[in-house]
Amino acid sequence: MRRSATLVGLAAMPLAVLGVFFVLPVSGMLAEGFWVDGHFDPVAVVEVLTRPRTVRVVWFTVWSALAGTTVAVLLGVPAAHLLHRRRFRGRASLRALLLVPFVLPTVVVGVAFRELIGEAGPLGFLGFDGSAGAIIAGLAFFNVAVVIRAVGAAWESLDPRPAEAAAALGAGPAYVFRTVTLPALRPAIVSAASVVFLFCATAFGVVLTLGGLRYSSVETEIYLLTTNLLDLQAAAALSIVQLLAITALLFVTSRLRAVADPSLARTTARPPRVSRGDWPGVVATLLVLLLVGLPIAALVVGSLQVGDGWGLGNYRALTTVGSRDALLVPVTDALVTSLRTAVDATWMSLSMGVLVAVVVTRRSHTRGERRVRGLLDGLFMLPLGVSAVTLGFGFLITLDQPPLDFRDSLLLVPIAQALVALPLVVRTLAPALGGIDDRQRQAAASLGAGPLRTFVTVDLPVLWKPLLAAAGFAFAVSLGEFGATSFLARDETPTMPIVIFHLIGHPGAMNYGMALAASVVLAATTAVVMLAVERLRVPSLGAL
Amino acid sequence: MKSIRAYASLLVLALATAGCSTVGNSSADDEPAAKRVVLVTHESFVLPKPLQKKFEQETGYQLVVRASGDAGALTNKLVLTKDDPLGDVSFGVDNTFASRALDEGVFAPYDATLPEGADQFVLDGDDDHRLTPIDNASVCVNVDDTWFAQHHLAAPKTLDDLTDPAYRGLFVAPGATTSSPGMAFLLATIAAYGDDWPAYWTKLMANGAELVAGWSDAYEVDFTQGGGKGDRPIVLSYDSSPAFTIADDGTSTTSALLDTCFRQVEYAGVLDGAENPDGAEALVDFLLTPEVQAALPESMYVFPVDSSVQLPADWATFAKQPSDPWQVDPADIAAHRDDWLREWSDITSR
Amino acid sequence: MLTIDEVSVAYDGVPAVVDASLALEYGQVLAVLGPSGSGKSTLLRAIAGLEPVTSGRIGWDGDDLAGVPTHKRGFALMFQDGQLFGHLTVARNVGYALRLRRTPNAAARVRELLALVGLEGYGDRLPATLSGGERQRVALARSLAVQPRLLLLDEPLSALDAGLRERLAHDLRDILREAGTTALMVTHDQEEAFTVADRIAVMRAGRVVQQGDIAAVWRAPADPETALFLGYARVLEGEPAGVLLRAAGLPEVGAAVAVRRSALVVSDAGDLSGTVVSARVTPEQIRVVVDVDGVGELDAVARLDTHPAAGDRVSMVVDASRLAVTPNRA
Repeated sequence: MRRSATLVGLAAMPLAVLGVFFVLPVSGMLAEGFWVDGHFDPVAVVEVLTRPRTVRVVWFTVWSALAGTTVAVLLGVPAAHLLHRRRFRGRASLRALLLVPFVLPTVVVGVAFRELIGEAGPLGFLGFDGSAGAIIAGLAFFNVAVVIRAVGAAWESLDPRPAEAAAALGAGPAYVFRTVTLPALRPAIVSAASVVFLFCATAFGVVLTLGGLRYSSVETEIYLLTTNLLDLQAAAALSIVQLLAITALLFVTSRLRAVADPSLARTTARPPRVSRGDWPGVVATLLVLLLVGLPIAALVVGSLQVGDGWGLGNYRALTTVGSRDALLVPVTDALVTSLRTAVDATWMSLSMGVLVAVVVTRRSHTRGERRVRGLLDGLFMLPLGVSAVTLGFGFLITLDQPPLDFRDSLLLVPIAQALVALPLVVRTLAPALGGIDDRQRQAAASLGAGPLRTFVTVDLPVLWKPLLAAAGFAFAVSLGEFGATSFLARDETPTMPIVIFHLIGHPGAMNYGMALAASVVLAATTAVVMLAVERLRVPSLGAL
Repeated sequence: MKSIRAYASLLVLALATAGCSTVGNSSADDEPAAKRVVLVTHESFVLPKPLQKKFEQETGYQLVVRASGDAGALTNKLVLTKDDPLGDVSFGVDNTFASRALDEGVFAPYDATLPEGADQFVLDGDDDHRLTPIDNASVCVNVDDTWFAQHHLAAPKTLDDLTDPAYRGLFVAPGATTSSPGMAFLLATIAAYGDDWPAYWTKLMANGAELVAGWSDAYEVDFTQGGGKGDRPIVLSYDSSPAFTIADDGTSTTSALLDTCFRQVEYAGVLDGAENPDGAEALVDFLLTPEVQAALPESMYVFPVDSSVQLPADWATFAKQPSDPWQVDPADIAAHRDDWLREWSDITSR
Repeated sequence: MLTIDEVSVAYDGVPAVVDASLALEYGQVLAVLGPSGSGKSTLLRAIAGLEPVTSGRIGWDGDDLAGVPTHKRGFALMFQDGQLFGHLTVARNVGYALRLRRTPNAAARVRELLALVGLEGYGDRLPATLSGGERQRVALARSLAVQPRLLLLDEPLSALDAGLRERLAHDLRDILREAGTTALMVTHDQEEAFTVADRIAVMRAGRVVQQGDIAAVWRAPADPETALFLGYARVLEGEPAGVLLRAAGLPEVGAAVAVRRSALVVSDAGDLSGTVVSARVTPEQIRVVVDVDGVGELDAVARLDTHPAAGDRVSMVVDASRLAVTPNRA
């Protein structure tokens, strides 16, 4: 009894936040679809699901997300080996650089990508523009860092001895990888792939910008149905498809992720230098660098172009409000707003994330308890898979009455961002906590340490590096979040992505240049944050 | 040692949090409702700071701006929250969405005194004066005159010209489903070709027209005069766009094709159920004052409805407005938007 | 004193401990002996407050401990692999509970404890630099630091190799005696139990099948399975049991007889005779298997200066102190 009470007590705060700021708004929007003029009418919703267009949209979403995830994993796993298992100069900077795309607003990346692959771009001959291939490349661009980071962290701390034993038994490198290394990495790969799949399946800007309107995903369709056509039945139907698909995905991955022995032997041996046998990692890393580096390079080059010459004019202009007052506040102010919002979102998602991670990793005494923990784990992943539009509109229609009168609250933006970052935070902390032998905690308790003291003695020393890594993730997610923020941010206090969107949406060469410059500043800020986190997390256990 | 470092970093984190957080900052919401006016608008709304101050000084109300989403998102937001409105007054519902807002009873009647020349922008069918026109801008096909001069080709003039093989692969436009100018262009073709518009679009697509997500993709990436120096010299943009492509010699390198335009009019209106209807009316009046009207071109890239205000010099010279733009009855738009967009999607996605 | 009354513990409805009752007096060391899966560790964890009890009562000095969380029970728990805090030095590990209680003069007490376990001067080392035996000593010192009213030891020596285990078992006994600690040790190793404990309780399939002073339990195992677990080589029933009892000069009680490997000694003056099946020389004696007439195959020992070989006829005497009479199998 007491154990269940503790479980509920720990989960209460995150559950309340999730309930008010996610479940309530989303179910509010779904209800709008199911209740037409006050009558419960599920027939219309079901009818939408049988439309050929709906089937086409769902099918495209699934296969493009699968393809994007596959590319990200195929490139990310070998690159993770090189970047986390081998030693070379500039490794930390490279790892930080690769995380930058993760936070760039899709509007800008779309422009950067299209400058490269568009008909007039240097890669225009590929005929990539407006094709499904471009969408998949874009999805991989945004997500390969997640794979590298998650798999790399797991790989870093993998005990090399089983692989050495296999080699001593006569197994070649490929065979060792397939039979020894891959099974040990499987939980991390599955975990990363599932998160990436969710990101891909709910990608919005990439599909719109790079797909040239020929393709619709569930996410873009919900946006169109909700904001343009106000066809809430159809939107509700698709939202339900999203939720069901995510639930199924979480169920499957929780099975695949399960490991018999969570307290795997961990090592922090000094990695060897790069050798000839590392060619797959080198090739993959170079490909990833091209994929990530070229669009970013295009951004930087564009931002340095002033008129027909070169200069820093666009950067100097960031302290102004743009040509002809395109903005209400200078970009520098927006950067400050972004940073402050990110700090709030970070502490919110960290405090919720620690609680959730503690709850889902504590050993269960009964099957029922285990099921409850598994359910909670999945529940906090859901915000990744629900359209920002649904959430944004849901906020407006459900959070308008006291005591939940939040729709004008300044905190809405960081809370929404914290919810988006929460799954990443939990996935970073949970493996570290799960890897702690429960008997360590019992030993502390038997020596007279209370629960809090036990946490400080046993959990915190293991947790603090993953915690910093998670903080970096949350910070970055918050800096780059656009979908929900654009719905909620106030005019007087826009964040960087919103300002960039404004600038690029207004005519004038100056505004375009400023948008690119602001993107570079945002990217650089992210890289600095990530580099700082890199320095602090030497032998991190953090894995998605 | 390690634990000391852990504590230290947590402390630093906590301090950083306390110092940077937005929690606890005072907000305008503390003002009593009668003292403030809440304006709900779209993300393109910009009212220069001095004008905002002026309004607050003259009326004694504090102006709170809630801006997000585009005109479509704004309209639908207002519809969804009509029982408990998000504010007192709204700006930004345009003539392509106005009927839906009126049908749903979002706005309360308010008969503002219109400035000179604004009568022509009043929404057809708005007999109770619920929506007040504030600005207008026409979506028109733009051409890069320098490109056509260099290539010794006459620039196109009409919608029909766009399907001429001479201009094959030269046109780029944002899509109707994803952008408000894209929708306006679709409406222009519907006005021009009636029920035959699908045939026109089939020809247009067959002639190598490219469709992209938003205005910025079309103009900044693909258009030859955009920031990204694209390779298509014909783009869908606004009648005011030529005022932004002025070369060193003082002439504009682009021009708008005035026979291809659809006019978008943006309205303001008092929200039904507003907490501060007096303040809302005061703001509608304020948006019609010569100062605000004169600031519209610079701040929001649109033309004022007041024909007596002086336009900026570049606008007066290069931004020509169509005299007889294509029009579609707002009630028709409301009734057929879904069908049109669905059919358009089918044609354009092959 | 610790009293355990009809305690049951279940995992997901599967019983792990059934109606276990035990008592432990101050200053005594009780060994709970049982094969793996017998529920002994679960019982220990229930006493520590780490497993909820489904029924029954665990009490200390008459107070019911239900609802008292682990850290407030004042019982120290020592694990098989020590579970030292890897990021803390040996001294900080040992002094952990002292710091929790803000004990004055903690440093001196830590030195004392390290001396007690034979690790003077190890205070500044990290656990990772210690051998397995040293780690267990540190864990023991840490558990003893605050003089727990009860020390719970979960297989404290089984992770160590054989020689070290034997030496440490003796040390453990001496340290517990010296500190006057009341302790409950769980083990599957009867030698360890006999070395360290005053009393033993035998558990099988979740039940306590027997408990008492070591000698008493040793002499009269509760049933044949217990006898086998306590190290008796074979259990005889019926007529063979009668033959053996008669030869030992004991009254025939119609019960089973548990026989140790060394109960039969090859001797010319023996009352029993049989044929040698196999013989193996060890440093101390010769171990033989004999097909005893009227009994069947039994183990026996012979002095090193005899030379029994397979097929030889031999006679044997029975050492009555190496037999135990137990009730028949159910």
